[in-house]
Amino acid sequence: MIEAVGLTKRYGAKTAVYDLSFQVRPGAVTGFLGPNGSGKSTTMRMILGLDQPNAGRVTIAGHPYRSLPNAPRQVGALLDAKAVHGGRHARNHLLCLAQLSGIPARRVDEVLGVVGLQDVAKKRSKGFSLGMGQRLGIAAALLGDPQVLLFDEPVNGLDPEGILWVRNLMKRLASEGRTVFVSSHLMSEMALTADHLIVIGRGQLMADMSVKDFISANSADFARVRTPGTEPKQREKLTATLTEAGGQVLPEQDGALRVTGLPLSRISDLAHDAGVRLWELSPHQASLEEAYMRMTQGAVDFRSTTDQRAGLQQQLAAPVLAGQPPVPGQGQPDWYAPPPPQQGGGQPFAMPQPAPQAPQAPGQPNPYAPQPAATPASPATPAPAAPATPPADLTKPGSKPTTEDA
Amino acid sequence: MSSTRVLRSEWTKIRSVASTVWTLGLAVVVTIALGMLISLLVKNDFDNLSANERRAFDPTFISFAGMSLGQLAMIVFGVLVVSNEYSTGMIRTSLAAVPQRGKFLFSKIAVATALALVVSLATSFAAFFLGQAMLGDHRAALGDTGVLRAVIGGGLYMTLIAVFSMGVAAMLRSPMLALGILMPFFFLISNILGNVPATRKVGQYLPDQAGSKIMQVVSPIDDDTPYGPWGGFAIMVLWVVVAVAGGYALLKKRDA
Repeated sequence: MIEAVGLTKRYGAKTAVYDLSFQVRPGAVTGFLGPNGSGKSTTMRMILGLDQPNAGRVTIAGHPYRSLPNAPRQVGALLDAKAVHGGRHARNHLLCLAQLSGIPARRVDEVLGVVGLQDVAKKRSKGFSLGMGQRLGIAAALLGDPQVLLFDEPVNGLDPEGILWVRNLMKRLASEGRTVFVSSHLMSEMALTADHLIVIGRGQLMADMSVKDFISANSADFARVRTPGTEPKQREKLTATLTEAGGQVLPEQDGALRVTGLPLSRISDLAHDAGVRLWELSPHQASLEEAYMRMTQGAVDFRSTTDQRAGLQQQLAAPVLAGQPPVPGQGQPDWYAPPPPQQGGGQPFAMPQPAPQAPQAPGQPNPYAPQPAATPASPATPAPAAPATPPADLTKPGSKPTTEDA
Repeated sequence: MSSTRVLRSEWTKIRSVASTVWTLGLAVVVTIALGMLISLLVKNDFDNLSANERRAFDPTFISFAGMSLGQLAMIVFGVLVVSNEYSTGMIRTSLAAVPQRGKFLFSKIAVATALALVVSLATSFAAFFLGQAMLGDHRAALGDTGVLRAVIGGGLYMTLIAVFSMGVAAMLRSPMLALGILMPFFFLISNILGNVPATRKVGQYLPDQAGSKIMQVVSPIDDDTPYGPWGGFAIMVLWVVVAVAGGYALLKKRDA
């Protein structure tokens, strides 16, 4: 059991993690998701006592890491696969870690077998591929047969066979009653591996729920309906008809309509009765990947822009796309359409109400926390082209947090 | 977690990287070979020395002439032992395994120091005997007054240079930065400060200037050094203690 309460970490003016509270329970694989730079690794380091939080605390089995008796036998961690001395044999690397916690050398050979590195045990890790490095790091985490395991991006650089192996390993470790905490930025991977999800963006908690809840809350079915593009009136007419019949209609960027709340056959009947021709009527399910991207798009720190190649162009007759994007973000490679309307109008990303929301420390209002109503993905305002209220920019030095003294 | 475990682990670390053998091997070879060479040159040139120079002739100290260069390899050894952890990122794994950072650092330094001490003492004795063999008739014997102290002192001096480097590396973390400061300092700056009359008053308190006093058996003419062999050694120990304490304080305070 890992428990974080009000965890806050600042590096100079940059707040990496703000008021993060969560619990990681034994017997399940807990996925820790967030975009690059969202504070996942920082949180992992704080759990391991490597970085000291500015405020809040994190404990493992009730103890701060640094005061855990014989920590390596209780907690195993893979932080960075490349964090080994390249000139040292794989076996010696594990041996020096094993000796620290009084683990016999026999165990080193065991874990080398478990991760499939027995043939390169006497090879210098300098020549290891990223995937082999990951396996070595996982071997180090497994050395002490610990009850709590942390893995920071364990599948990076692994081949498909290796990914499957890691996935099964995590599940097996959890089924043995261990606490397994796995960070990743790949939603698709976590959807297959994890039982529970903790999603953070810009160092703040965005979701803490089971994968099942996450799926049911975020992957609503919808129908895509396309009317002849040449006749916008037909589109308006159909929109009105469908809305009248109780459906929720949301225009998509390319002119299609996203319809929820009505079965396909009913949509077809309604269109027929209204005399509207359909060019497309197809069932869809929003992928988890997409749901996750939408949830975090307001909290992405590193976003690519469209490559205009302007610096390479010799001389163009006409100026290219001057001031084209009407809404910031739209048209960028990783811009995601607003979420599908939800039956019942619930908030797609809101945590289930009896959520395991950690108690907010009294007297410490979170100045950054987006108010629920203003979540970037609120369905009430279905076109928040730019995230309506992006979780306030934590890097802003001007916004002094209230917990400075802690 | 018992300290013996950490010590054993650090021993595994230090013996399983090639840089240990290379740096220590280089220190041994350079110190002995250069000492022999200079001893031989001095012997051949002895008849041309002035009377004053003959009076201040210190055969023991001359056989340690290679140490000025050999100590650079010891510096590299000391720096790499500590900063390897940082440059590879291994420090995170290590500190996650040994949350008591003091125990981690002091175990590492203890193991490296013990190894350096053994190598340095062997080097010092070898450099002495081989150097004296080169000096022929002008040689000193181990039984002469002050000679045994100087030979053992030579081993201690080399060891302390390595420990000082470990402390500095623990403070600076980056091997390039640590080497970039220590190498020119000990090879050039300290020598210049210690030999230019204007700066000599300050320069003589630098770790290597003070520490090398212990290797002298015969004092140079018009020697006005305010400390003796063991006094100089104590000054060097003080430098080392400060460097290691600084490294510890920073390691304890910093995020890994």
